[in-house]
Amino acid sequence: MAQRERWIAVLIVLPSILLIAIFVYGFIGWTAAVSFSEWDGIVPDYTWAGFENYNQLFNSASVAGRRFTIDLWNTLFFTIFFLLICIAIGLLLAILLDQKIKGEGIFRTIYLFPMAISFVVTGVVWQWIFAPGTASRPRGVNALLNMAGLDSLRWGWFTDTTEIGVFHVALIPVIIAAAWQLIGYTMAMYLAGLRGVPEELREAARVDGATEIYIYRNIVLPILRPITLSALIFLGHISLKIFDLIYTMTGKGPGFVTDVPGIFMFETTFQGNHYAQGAAISSIMFVMVALVIVPYLIFSLRQEVEI
Amino acid sequence: MSRKTMFRSLLVTLLVAATLLSACGTAAEPVAEELAGSVEIFSWWTAGGEADGLNAMYVVFDSLYPDIEIINATVAGGAGSNAKAVLATRMQSGDPPDSFQVHAGHELIDSWVVADAMEPVTFIFEENGWLDSYPPDVIDILSYDGEIWSVPVNIHRSNVLWYNRAVFEENGLTVPTSFDEFFAAAEVLSEAGVIPLALGDNGIWTAVHLFESVLLGSMGPEAYRGLWDGTTDWAGPEVAEALDTFAMMMEYVNEDHAALSWDQAAQYVADGDAAMTIMGDWAEGYFKSIGLTPDVEFGWAPSPGTAGSFIMLSDSFGLPLNAPNRENAIAWLIVCGSQEGQDAFNPLKGSIPARTDGDRSLYDVYLQSAMDDFATNAIVPSLAHGAAASEGWSTSVSDVMTFFITDLDVTAAQAGLVQACVDAGVCE
Repeated sequence: MAQRERWIAVLIVLPSILLIAIFVYGFIGWTAAVSFSEWDGIVPDYTWAGFENYNQLFNSASVAGRRFTIDLWNTLFFTIFFLLICIAIGLLLAILLDQKIKGEGIFRTIYLFPMAISFVVTGVVWQWIFAPGTASRPRGVNALLNMAGLDSLRWGWFTDTTEIGVFHVALIPVIIAAAWQLIGYTMAMYLAGLRGVPEELREAARVDGATEIYIYRNIVLPILRPITLSALIFLGHISLKIFDLIYTMTGKGPGFVTDVPGIFMFETTFQGNHYAQGAAISSIMFVMVALVIVPYLIFSLRQEVEI
Repeated sequence: MSRKTMFRSLLVTLLVAATLLSACGTAAEPVAEELAGSVEIFSWWTAGGEADGLNAMYVVFDSLYPDIEIINATVAGGAGSNAKAVLATRMQSGDPPDSFQVHAGHELIDSWVVADAMEPVTFIFEENGWLDSYPPDVIDILSYDGEIWSVPVNIHRSNVLWYNRAVFEENGLTVPTSFDEFFAAAEVLSEAGVIPLALGDNGIWTAVHLFESVLLGSMGPEAYRGLWDGTTDWAGPEVAEALDTFAMMMEYVNEDHAALSWDQAAQYVADGDAAMTIMGDWAEGYFKSIGLTPDVEFGWAPSPGTAGSFIMLSDSFGLPLNAPNRENAIAWLIVCGSQEGQDAFNPLKGSIPARTDGDRSLYDVYLQSAMDDFATNAIVPSLAHGAAASEGWSTSVSDVMTFFITDLDVTAAQAGLVQACVDAGVCE
């Protein structure tokens, strides 16, 4: 009987396993194969090219190589700042909302709301907000600065080509826009976590004379650690694959100041017909995301086993 | 139906009626062939004047071949960015439309002709006697391997300098015809607090667009043509000079160029914040749409150094191999290439006919001047709009320009352009 139920279970999940095997893993494998081919142009060409397409992307003498190096640095800085801001402000908002204030539901909705909007809309709106304008006719935030008499603070925002080391300051407006969209989500995750902290624990600590700050640092935050990890994974895979927000907000930017691998992949594949190069970029992006996701999956699987 | 669209449709009908009447004398009587069934026309003309123009051509087609049902397969998206992806999927899976819109020249040739996906249309040109109706330079641009590969329905001009007449008069300037005159005028304008040259290169193609005008202005039409077949050296002094000139022009460009699109740059000219912009002649359509009158508020001239030359780009229709309704597709292509078809389409689209015998009375003052230049100038293909080079090549040039507008490093940019030509398989 148990044997038979087992077979039925397998049969039921078989179609979805097959579909996923073909349309997810099959195509990942196919993309990897194309990335080792010489396919350049509309007509497929599966001649073996070895690592040529990858070498091109890391050849700092070529335009493609210069672009891809910038893309990787941009992704790194974007990811770091985006995660830090989302986690820090998300946690702060969650703690503030957890103080049993009046109208919590309204605030929660307000903070969560940006998440309901698509990145494309966010991109367009923030492009208007940060459009720099000219000295005689400033726009967006620059116009506000100008009205406030702070004209010396006026700058090019996402069009500024200033570099600090390998960090492009033009990324700052993009990070702000992305963080604005996902801070609410991070907050909601933390809020759920905070609600899971037993009141007795806090009471006990208070009885022992702990200050509120001490309670948060040594009792609440350690309990929230799995939530932080989940948030980091969720936000991290978004930021490593980011495309739509940047594509609509700034594009690649002058001198590729706001370029990311996703945009490079799209342009080289679907505008330039360099299919093999596009596949190589996709494969690198896949590896980057896998480096984040796989350890997490292993970690959470192990936890489930323990439970 | 809104009042505006109703007005538009009325206009279309009237124009078509007018062209049909006027065409009766000149064109051969429509042959009442026994064609029936359907024809699927694939394009990215979904809105505005272009969609109206396409519909006007459909009306012409319908009057000649009432038994053929037109399937209007359009995919929205600027300059066909989405349509091209859909088309690629359909072609690769062996499901071509009967005819599809494509930028004439290398965008078609290097993508689809070399892939053996197209049938040449030379026989249509010969059977209809079109070889004398189109300028030889245009036939050259459409040709590859001794055959013509698509039927152009319109011509846009790329190398046009648009300027604000009031700003020029206030500063006592005349329209610059050379780069020296351009920089002299730019100096006067920037001292007067006006942005000399408006540029909106948020989409980098506008920088490529400006660059092709500068290339042509620096080396003339013969050498410019040679860039695309490898006879003019990309590492040579003319290209270096063009890059130098371009770098100098960037000194006179609005500081927020990287945040704007071409129409926002044109708006600067319209508002008098900027004096000039170099853009294709769809800018005229934009100026008119915001209520300006050609030759009154704004004027035009060939971009500096390019008088006597005409950088063209063209929308055309091709004949895919194994088109499901080949005979009907040929009938459609004959309408596209005919005087009636083109005079129905172009006044609405805001472009000029690819033929030299269009009815001038249907076109406005700018388009008439463009028709005159088109009939007499040296015609060369546009890089930024798919006529001169393959999409892969022009994408590489875009990447070079993305760096160049920022670092203005002539040596690096020239090395990048040389490599782009090599990667495209044209240079050694």
